[in-house]
Amino acid sequence: MSTETRNTLYGVIGEFDSANALMAAARKIREAGYKCFDAFAPFPIPGLSEAMGLHYGLKGWKHNLVPQLTLLGGLGGGLGGFFFQYWVNVIAYPLNVAGRPLNSWPAFIPVTFELTVLGASTCAVLGMLALNKLPQPHCPLFTVPRFKRATNDGFFVCIESTDAKFSLAEATKFLESIGAKFITEVRDED
Amino acid sequence: MSEGPVNSPEIRRLARVLEPGYSYASVTDKIASIVLTRPVSMGWLAGFTISFTILMVLLGSIAWLIIKGVGIWGINIPIGWGFAIVNFVWWIGIGHAGTLISAILFLLNQQWRTSINRFAEAMTLFAVACAAVFPGIHVGRPWMAFYMFPYPSTMGMWPQFRSPLIWDVFAVSTYGTVSALFWFVGLIPDLATLRDRATNKPAQIIYGMLAMGWRGSARHWHRYQSAYLLLAGLATPLVLSVHTVVSFDFAVGIVPGWHTTIFPPYFVAGAIYSGFAMVLTIAIPLRKAYGLQDFITMRHLENMAKVMLATGLIVAYGYFMEFFLALYSGNKFDVFLVQQRLHGPYSHYYFALILCNILTPQLLWIQKVRTNVAALFVMSLVINLGMWLERFVIVVISLTRDFVPGAWGRYQATFWDYSTFIGTMGLFVSLLFLFVRGLPAISIAEMRELVAHKSEDHE
Repeated sequence: MSTETRNTLYGVIGEFDSANALMAAARKIREAGYKCFDAFAPFPIPGLSEAMGLHYGLKGWKHNLVPQLTLLGGLGGGLGGFFFQYWVNVIAYPLNVAGRPLNSWPAFIPVTFELTVLGASTCAVLGMLALNKLPQPHCPLFTVPRFKRATNDGFFVCIESTDAKFSLAEATKFLESIGAKFITEVRDED
Repeated sequence: MSEGPVNSPEIRRLARVLEPGYSYASVTDKIASIVLTRPVSMGWLAGFTISFTILMVLLGSIAWLIIKGVGIWGINIPIGWGFAIVNFVWWIGIGHAGTLISAILFLLNQQWRTSINRFAEAMTLFAVACAAVFPGIHVGRPWMAFYMFPYPSTMGMWPQFRSPLIWDVFAVSTYGTVSALFWFVGLIPDLATLRDRATNKPAQIIYGMLAMGWRGSARHWHRYQSAYLLLAGLATPLVLSVHTVVSFDFAVGIVPGWHTTIFPPYFVAGAIYSGFAMVLTIAIPLRKAYGLQDFITMRHLENMAKVMLATGLIVAYGYFMEFFLALYSGNKFDVFLVQQRLHGPYSHYYFALILCNILTPQLLWIQKVRTNVAALFVMSLVINLGMWLERFVIVVISLTRDFVPGAWGRYQATFWDYSTFIGTMGLFVSLLFLFVRGLPAISIAEMRELVAHKSEDHE
């Protein structure tokens, strides 16, 4: 954007009293046909993912590629680790110690194992962060003063303006109808 | 639940993982205030000053080592491995409890891990840091330490991957990295809490950068939980592999007393044993100093005591098996080593080891001892000492009495051996002091989960 300041509508946010109320609200929002919305809680609530239509396992790959990335990281670390050792001890720098075979593969297993774990763990963490689009220094939600409680004892939902059926008036009314409090519009501004 | 002794008030008090009456906000307040609002106390300042002074002793000892070489230590052929290796194995062993608590107890869905996992993980990282000092300096030429890492150097040389010492480099550095990742992932939600509660600008900026924009989004939690579970699953075999690989440093050699197949499991059990002892050594003063008795309850202390008792018995089995197999094999060098342990010049170390590691912990069978905070604290120190003696016995007795009497020797630690060892404790404790002031020592997000869980129980 070429203008000096941005001031676009990001969405509408509402607050709920408890984890159970949040879960019920998330289910209703999804059932009302909204796709771009999010729930915020100070701890992971069991069942909230399912209520929002996010799944674990193969079914949920669209929302969660972390397991697949972890598998790739593990395979990469393990195979890369093994063949690196093979290359070092057989091709690049062959050392004959007491006539043992250059490709003494059982001796390569401990390092292969460690590198498998290293590759998988690094991919799990970096993959999780990247898919969550973190680090993200600015998020319009941070401009809502009450939103600070999302990391303490507040439970929020936000219907985002990117949703196809989003309209400010309707989304506000809908949040009211499902019992949200402190409903505020969130603006993305500089 | 039925009435009766099982449901008596006393039993219920001992079984709690969180004292009643806490809400999400009060849990947040209590833990975050230690970091954000509590003024620096005289006790903290005094403790940090002392530990930092001891850390300077470490730096001084290392500087002198680099100036003079390893001659300042008590090592000499045939005892090429002295305190440096003993301390390395001891510290790495201590570092096992953190990831064990975080990973294995998480997979087993043990709720009582919640309030102790954060500082146990921190302890793991700091113990690994202390351990990592020794491989770096143990040849007295730290500028040669890069020989351990495989990279294309102009010399065209590569490490020997058939050597357990190289396996060790990979095991320990992977363990350090994965423990740090695990710890950091667990910290992200709490860093966001601190960011949102901090009232001064520098704290907001620092915690804000570390929290990376975390805001408790359910879509984020979804991936976060799957990453955390996967990390736990990956860290579990990793924990078991690290001390296994450390034991290979000994077991792959042919020295009497080292060349046995019992080493990997018995090293792992010993590592968990000493790790839990160190967690208790830290938890008991920590809960007292910061009034965290409601979060780190008697149940936690008692459970850790039980884990110590169990792993202590595995270690005792290991000691017994070492002797049995030496005698049963009929190998005269192994039989001779058993005699040397019992009657040789270092037998007092061996008997002290048996006293610390096998006899004293048997008191943990008694519930009165397990629920007595002072007794547990003393016992944790005794076990830490015992585990250090175990590594001393393994390293020194075997090396001073190998195959030919002409190659026998004696080992006497010098002032610099002790100053380096005690110095690493300064490093360890200094890091712990900084940790409790700078980061939440108990996972706030997980404590909220526990509060949610408890309130469900009541509904």
